[in-house]
Amino acid sequence: MTVIEVNGLTKRYGDRTVVDGVSFTVAEGEVFGILGENGAGKTTTVECISGLRTPDAGSISVFGLDSSADREELRRIIGVQLQESQLQDRLRVGEAMQLYASFYRDPADWRELLAAVGLTEQVRMPYAKLSGGQKQRLSIALALIGNPRLAILDELTTGLDPRARRETWRLIRQIRDRGVTVLLVTHFMDEAERLCDRLAVLDGGKIVALDTPAALIANVGDVDGYRANLEDAFLALTGTDRDN
Amino acid sequence: MSALTRLTGAEARLFLREPVSAFFALAFPAVLVIVLGNAIPAFSEPSPDFGGQRPINLYLPIVLALAIGTVTMTSLLSVLAQYRERGVLKRLATTPVKPSALIGAQLGVNVAALVAGSALMMLTAAVAFGSRGPENWPALLVAYLLGAGAMTGVALFIAAVTPNARASAGIGTLVYFPMLFFAGVWTPGDMMPDGAQRVADFTPLGAASQAMQAAWSGDWPQPLHLAVAAGYTLITGALAIRLFRWQ
Ligand SMILES: Nc1ncnc2c1ncn2[C@@H]1O[C@H](COP(=O)(O)OP(=O)(O)OP(=O)(O)O)[C@@H](O)[C@H]1O
Ligand SMILES: [Mg+2]
Repeated sequence: MTVIEVNGLTKRYGDRTVVDGVSFTVAEGEVFGILGENGAGKTTTVECISGLRTPDAGSISVFGLDSSADREELRRIIGVQLQESQLQDRLRVGEAMQLYASFYRDPADWRELLAAVGLTEQVRMPYAKLSGGQKQRLSIALALIGNPRLAILDELTTGLDPRARRETWRLIRQIRDRGVTVLLVTHFMDEAERLCDRLAVLDGGKIVALDTPAALIANVGDVDGYRANLEDAFLALTGTDRDN
Repeated sequence: MSALTRLTGAEARLFLREPVSAFFALAFPAVLVIVLGNAIPAFSEPSPDFGGQRPINLYLPIVLALAIGTVTMTSLLSVLAQYRERGVLKRLATTPVKPSALIGAQLGVNVAALVAGSALMMLTAAVAFGSRGPENWPALLVAYLLGAGAMTGVALFIAAVTPNARASAGIGTLVYFPMLFFAGVWTPGDMMPDGAQRVADFTPLGAASQAMQAAWSGDWPQPLHLAVAAGYTLITGALAIRLFRWQ
């Protein structure tokens, strides 16, 4: 079953086209990654899919719902982690989890989720006192609190220490195994390679490659006599419109 | 429990955890009355300096206006602007709850704090200085509600049209102090110069303050003042709803 179907998605700011005719589909239970340099249009793309921004052209269907027209229904079944979003300074971790859990019909167990992201000890800590990585973990937990059928995660593990990254990967695999579809944006090649079934590489608002990590790597062949890795493939695919 | 109720409960707790704004909303009006009562000789006696009136009766409605201005232009405005700038509203937009519910919760909490602070102030005035309260309660309530509505509308409007929290706070301050002046904080009763008085008639807090002063001494407010406050409520409120950006 197709969960996300994006067709000719285009978004402009002023006369700059920042997402330019992007099309792809994501199947149920898939972990789909979006790679791209800073400013490539990744956040714009996933926020259009989440129904937070309105596309200028193209269509987006998520579980058969239109991302713009059926926003309200969509919000009940997706969980979104935004790249940049904070909480109220004095809101405590446990309070935030309980509050957000109350917004959904069938929420996850908030204590279990806090344990899964390693924040059990911080349950009474106000948001402002959390470290950057702890804020990121809370943001992941809040994206998953509603037991979503689709999780959209923008820069999933940015700011996390190596152990927290591995634990987050495990959490993502767990929800994938329960049938949840995952759309994630990342700058980490190891994360993309280990976690994602397929990857779309965005460059200048356009998809320049879309394949499994292994196939993207195989397409590059050898680089300087070494077997290429995903980073080589990424670098070969992007930055073509650079001025320098 | 509805999401709005839960959000209001959470925001109320957060409000009380912010000591400075909680103090200014809840305790400041009462503290101000105590300070004025001790600074002005014969606060509760008719005084030739105040046109034969009791100073306390001139000051209390003005303190109510000041309470309205303080809660709306500082506490409410800064929270709204921050919630947008920091992405709190945007995060809520990803859930089944609309970000407008958070604004509703903030309005509820600030109005409740304003009413509690005003009630505490009137109680203090009664206990410490023997104030008998307004002579015309219904008129006072109408004027107070319209004044609070008008200044809330202005706060929402400023939050809607300013690009960021810094600009919101800056413009809030630029509006706050002239509003206090037009409300008569520094020139109670008939002390305000005529020219300023004519401007004050058309400012939201100036109109509300005069309407409350009239109600306090037992009169009905001038229709002009009620109309001005109601007009600000409707116009700034409608503009804010149209212009507000959620991110
Ligand atoms: N609200 C906006 N107004 C104007 N331009 C915008 C807006 N949002 C994004 N852009 C522009 O669109 C382009 C794509 O931005 P986007 O945030 O989608 O990039 P990204 O791929 O997520 O980058 P990063 O890796 O840095 O997060 C950028 O050039 C950015 O400046
Ligand atoms: Mg981004």
